[in-house]
Amino acid sequence: MTNTTPDALGHFGPYGGRFVPEALISALDELDAAYQVAKVDPEFQTRFQNLQSTYTGRPSPLTDATRFSAHAGGARILLKREDLNHTGSHKINNVLGQALLTQRMGKTRVIAETGAGQHGVATATAAALLGLECVVYMGEEDTRRQALNVARMKLLGAEVIPVTTGSKTLKDAINEAMRDWVTNVDNTHYLLGTVAGPHPFPVMVRDFHRCIGLEARQQVLDLTGQLPTAVAACVGGGSNAIGIFHPFLDDEDVQLHGYEAGGDGVETGRHAATITGGAPGVLHGARSYLLQDDEGQTIESHSISAGLDYPGVGPEHSYLNDIGRAHYHPITDAQAMQAFAWLCRTEGIIPAIESSHALAGACLLGQELGPDAVILINLSGRGDKDVDTAAAWFGLNGDGQS
Amino acid sequence: MSSLRSSFEAARARNSALLVGYLPAGFPSVDGCIAAAVAMVESGVDVIEIGLPYSDPVMDGPVIQEAVEHALQAGVRIADVFATVAVVAKTGAPTLVMTYWNPVERYGVERFAQDLAAAGGAGVITPDLTPEESGAWTAAAQAAGLETVFLVAPSSPVERIDKVAEVTTGFIYAASTMGVTGARASVGVRAHELVDRIRARSTSPVAVGLGVSAPDQAREVAAYADGVIVGSAFIRLLIDAETEADGTRAVAELAGELAIATHQPR
Repeated sequence: MTNTTPDALGHFGPYGGRFVPEALISALDELDAAYQVAKVDPEFQTRFQNLQSTYTGRPSPLTDATRFSAHAGGARILLKREDLNHTGSHKINNVLGQALLTQRMGKTRVIAETGAGQHGVATATAAALLGLECVVYMGEEDTRRQALNVARMKLLGAEVIPVTTGSKTLKDAINEAMRDWVTNVDNTHYLLGTVAGPHPFPVMVRDFHRCIGLEARQQVLDLTGQLPTAVAACVGGGSNAIGIFHPFLDDEDVQLHGYEAGGDGVETGRHAATITGGAPGVLHGARSYLLQDDEGQTIESHSISAGLDYPGVGPEHSYLNDIGRAHYHPITDAQAMQAFAWLCRTEGIIPAIESSHALAGACLLGQELGPDAVILINLSGRGDKDVDTAAAWFGLNGDGQS
Repeated sequence: MSSLRSSFEAARARNSALLVGYLPAGFPSVDGCIAAAVAMVESGVDVIEIGLPYSDPVMDGPVIQEAVEHALQAGVRIADVFATVAVVAKTGAPTLVMTYWNPVERYGVERFAQDLAAAGGAGVITPDLTPEESGAWTAAAQAAGLETVFLVAPSSPVERIDKVAEVTTGFIYAASTMGVTGARASVGVRAHELVDRIRARSTSPVAVGLGVSAPDQAREVAAYADGVIVGSAFIRLLIDAETEADGTRAVAELAGELAIATHQPR
């Protein structure tokens, strides 16, 4: 059995823990206590599940991608359709849970960081639904790449603050959100969007996303009569991946594969493949793999996908990597965009570029495992937000030149 | 007794407080930082904190962020931090390093402690190292003869103050407000309340930082704390100065005013 219950201080093996200013410890303790109570409170669980079914649209369906399968060595490809959730990605699962907790703690304001904008949109949505004030920090570079999502957040009533420090991407948005939190912690909850950060975020965010894997495991069993050969997911911070992996951890015959953003290729140094190309260290409140130089300065990550463009990763993934229960591989921008195009044209689904890394990984894996394999892919988000990026990549913009 | 603890003991005997000044290594340049820090000591600053520039300073406001980013872009390395400490420590003022945790872990915890001690450093302030995660550090610091300094905040309940006091050997750094570094119009009552709460639990010296920038604030804090910590106000002067020499002069002038305010007997 794979033991991934963290210790009382939030450690998964040597990873996780809390590396934050003392000013935040009380808020983290308060959050942990509120979460421990809510987890076993039937009223909270009923409200959470009710929102999932009547608002998010859970359970999300499983799609048998029979035409895409040809690109994956003929392996049977099953897509867990988190892209069909309200707001267009898996992010809403965690956001609704934390927004409900915010209310229970009597706080009136939420702040969030966002890279691709999916978590920001989800947070703005939940804030609107529950009547919370919402501020979203987003790297200036990302506000340009994801202008559509910026507009969505504003329509939903959130304030979007472009972050102009450092690399102007997700990492710096997290820095700025932490500065806001330490200043306004009395009335503010930091609605962190991934399974990183100080305890209890990694375990709490994971638990709110476990519905992905719980549903998918049963759906695959119902459809095929057996468990999948392998599960594939993209990994930035790693929330969608841990959500679908976790319920399979004790199914030792089921392979778990996480696909990191390889950018221009890990060998070029321009990538976001934290586990493949990084080393253990401390960033944003927890010990985990991260991209850093020889003196512990964070190295800026690079990926075509704003949602994966992050130099850290969740501590539980670091642990699963070290014990060999899950395997992590880099997928380049070019590989991801090829898989993006294939899914569009074989299944009529425009995937998020983030999720396209999982699709590309599954194609390689399918060629390795052969046509008898069943590969469950977490299609974590839809690609509407990426249309501009994809059109530029494939040369489809306007003037007929390509 | 270490130079740091004996400085605080001496101040207590005089019934006054110590002035602690912060500058990040490598800003405005490695030599410029050294010149400004030495000038601070000559103008009456008692203890110097040299910041180790880090790519993700989540506890710092815009002024220190700007200085640190400048230092990193200029290529400052940990060796420069130690070299800066070595020169400043020769003034006789206890000289500490303030650093986020990851650079220490990456450098090697024991190696960092030994190299800093060899440079004449007195200790390290670790703003994002919680007592729970500090085992390797406290052991290495003790072995190297360095003082540990941990932070508490207005939000810290007494159980947290006890935990911090347990691992602190130098002084307890009391954050005056909930927030990041940077000058503020007033220091606020929460700082005084916090110092009182710490005093009820620990005999360690307590220094107050975050937001202290002007002599009247220093005088107010010195009335109840063992130390007054000023950082961003000095850095602001270095940022605004036309030349490094102008910056050093301005820093020395402010240091002198702050020292008079801080050193007044209670």
